[in-house]
Amino acid sequence: MPETVISAQNLDLTFETNDGPVHALKNIDLDIREGEFVSLIGPSGCGKTTLLRVIADLEKPTGGRMTINGMTPEQARLARAYGYVFQQAALLPWRTIEDNVALPLEVMGVDKATRTQRIRSNLDLVNLSGFEKKFPWQLSGGMQQRASIARALAVEPQMLLMDEPFGALDEIVRDHLNEQLLKLWAKTKKTVVFVTHSIPEAVFLSTRIVVMSPRPGRIHEIIDCDLGYDRPLDIRETPEFLKIAHQVREGLKAGHSYDE
Amino acid sequence: MSAIRINWQALLALIATLASLTALPYTASMSAGFSLAVAALLLAGAVLSMLRLASALEALVLLIASFGAAGMLITGLESATGTATAGYFASLAAAWLLGWRLVTVMSGDGSRSDRTAGIVAITVPALFGIWVLILWECIVRGAGVPFVLLPPPSAIGIRISESLPILAADFRQTVLKAVLFGYVVGCLAGFLVAILADRFRFFANGLLPVGNMVSALPMIGIAPVMVIWFGFDWQSKAAVVIVMTFFPMLVNTLAGLAATSEMERDLMRTYGATHWQVLLKLRMQAAMPFIFNALKINSTLALIGAIVAEFFGTPIVGMGFRISTEVGRMNLDMVWAEIALAAIVGSLFYGALALLERTVTFWHPSYRR
Ligand SMILES: Nc1ncnc2c1ncn2[C@@H]1O[C@H](COP(=O)(O)OP(=O)(O)OP(=O)(O)O)[C@@H](O)[C@H]1O
Ligand SMILES: [Mg+2]
Repeated sequence: MPETVISAQNLDLTFETNDGPVHALKNIDLDIREGEFVSLIGPSGCGKTTLLRVIADLEKPTGGRMTINGMTPEQARLARAYGYVFQQAALLPWRTIEDNVALPLEVMGVDKATRTQRIRSNLDLVNLSGFEKKFPWQLSGGMQQRASIARALAVEPQMLLMDEPFGALDEIVRDHLNEQLLKLWAKTKKTVVFVTHSIPEAVFLSTRIVVMSPRPGRIHEIIDCDLGYDRPLDIRETPEFLKIAHQVREGLKAGHSYDE
Repeated sequence: MSAIRINWQALLALIATLASLTALPYTASMSAGFSLAVAALLLAGAVLSMLRLASALEALVLLIASFGAAGMLITGLESATGTATAGYFASLAAAWLLGWRLVTVMSGDGSRSDRTAGIVAITVPALFGIWVLILWECIVRGAGVPFVLLPPPSAIGIRISESLPILAADFRQTVLKAVLFGYVVGCLAGFLVAILADRFRFFANGLLPVGNMVSALPMIGIAPVMVIWFGFDWQSKAAVVIVMTFFPMLVNTLAGLAATSEMERDLMRTYGATHWQVLLKLRMQAAMPFIFNALKINSTLALIGAIVAEFFGTPIVGMGFRISTEVGRMNLDMVWAEIALAAIVGSLFYGALALLERTVTFWHPSYRR
């Protein structure tokens, strides 16, 4: 059994806002093992982003415990244990694509030769070779998002945290990037936590799907989804796939009806 | 398609020229024949411009007609100041209208290559400036406006060429010493204090209200105080410039440092970046458009500040000193020579900054290509 990388115990997070407290996460218990691909799915406002941000130490929980490799999230962040991919590419407009990929490496103090090598291999990985000298605004949205994935990978993190990275892209680009991401995951065996709104995307990519429900945000159900490392796109028409998708949909419905 | 294409500038020029024929000759020193020659040139230009010519040819015709006529009209004022008739001004208006038409033709329909677009971008403002000078010269001398009210540009030009050593000395005193020193120190200090105030927020909270108060102080009040503190020479003027430029830079830099998005700051956080790394690699870059804004505002403020500060006591050199003394002596051409110098210095200063801004903030949406 692979080791547990991310472990949340009885996690709680309440935002204090001007209109009173917002209970964003409640009683979250979740263990994620090394090499897993875990998707967080649920209706808008159920705390998916918040949970991911707690893992990344961008948000402090107000209760419970979160450990990453046995460390606190802050220690893990400072040890550069993860790469975070935001919903928007967030590339710096004054840097070329290669310099954007180099940004985390510069911060970490990686030497020039290693930087050059990592820029090349990671841009290669996301099919962006030849665009090194372009500026972000000269690229399409899909290419920008791929560049931001290359930037997260350049750190060579043990984990990838992705918050709806393909949410703003059209279906065809999205399918393509899903395939690439899956190949990448199969090749590198990284642990991935992936936020999505799309049931097919979650089923296609994940080894486990965490279905969340809102107000307060909590885990409704965790669905196993082991379709193996090799998944062609047309796996989405197979009965196994449709069965899991149906299960996720039912879970989402049940979690949501609690609301009414 | 007919061979004629009416444009309103040429049409009005045609009418104005014909009307001017009722008041020949144009001035006391112009013969009727010479006046008619001017009118003929203008008529030819106006009519040709309404034929369907290639735009390069039309531009050439308009250039010759408008500037030829303007040159003749200026010559026609030789020893005839104040004698221009209504006909003179009508034909001047016609020449100006053809000049306008020329600019319109040159600006074209925007379907030009990059190379010609560059030439047009320089030529059009230059033509505009030249026409301001022509109209100024002809109206002031044609109508006989008193010299103290407004000297003609030719007289100012002569004064400039005769006073180059004085102007150079004033330039050194005011611009190279007071403005440059004050500007560099004021901007740099504003920038550095902004960096500190950003690091230690309480510092900013205390400083900004003081800053607003100081910015509201009238310069007229500060300048004499600075003279008492720092003496009559350029140092007191530089001090005024420092006071004037410090706070715009401080306020703009602080605003610029706050201009990054939350996502960008979170991104740097996920890299475990230190405060100074975030500042250097993210926030400083994002602040550049704001910083250049302050640099441009300050270039204007510095020049005004240094010149006006010299009104309150100075050694016998400097642009502000010259303006205040020559006004007293009614030497308005010298005053205007200094004004022209200030205008040129100010434009070059501002232009250089704008150019630098384009190269540094090339990534900003307003400059992207
Ligand atoms: N910084 C914050 N301050 C106050 N409330 C917040 C903050 N961030 C999130 N919330 C609230 O916490 C709840 C969960 O938000 P979160 O962004 O995690 O949802 P989500 O599942 O990612 O939604 P979506 O699918 O729309 O991205 C929401 O009710 C939101 O309004
Ligand atoms: Mg979200």
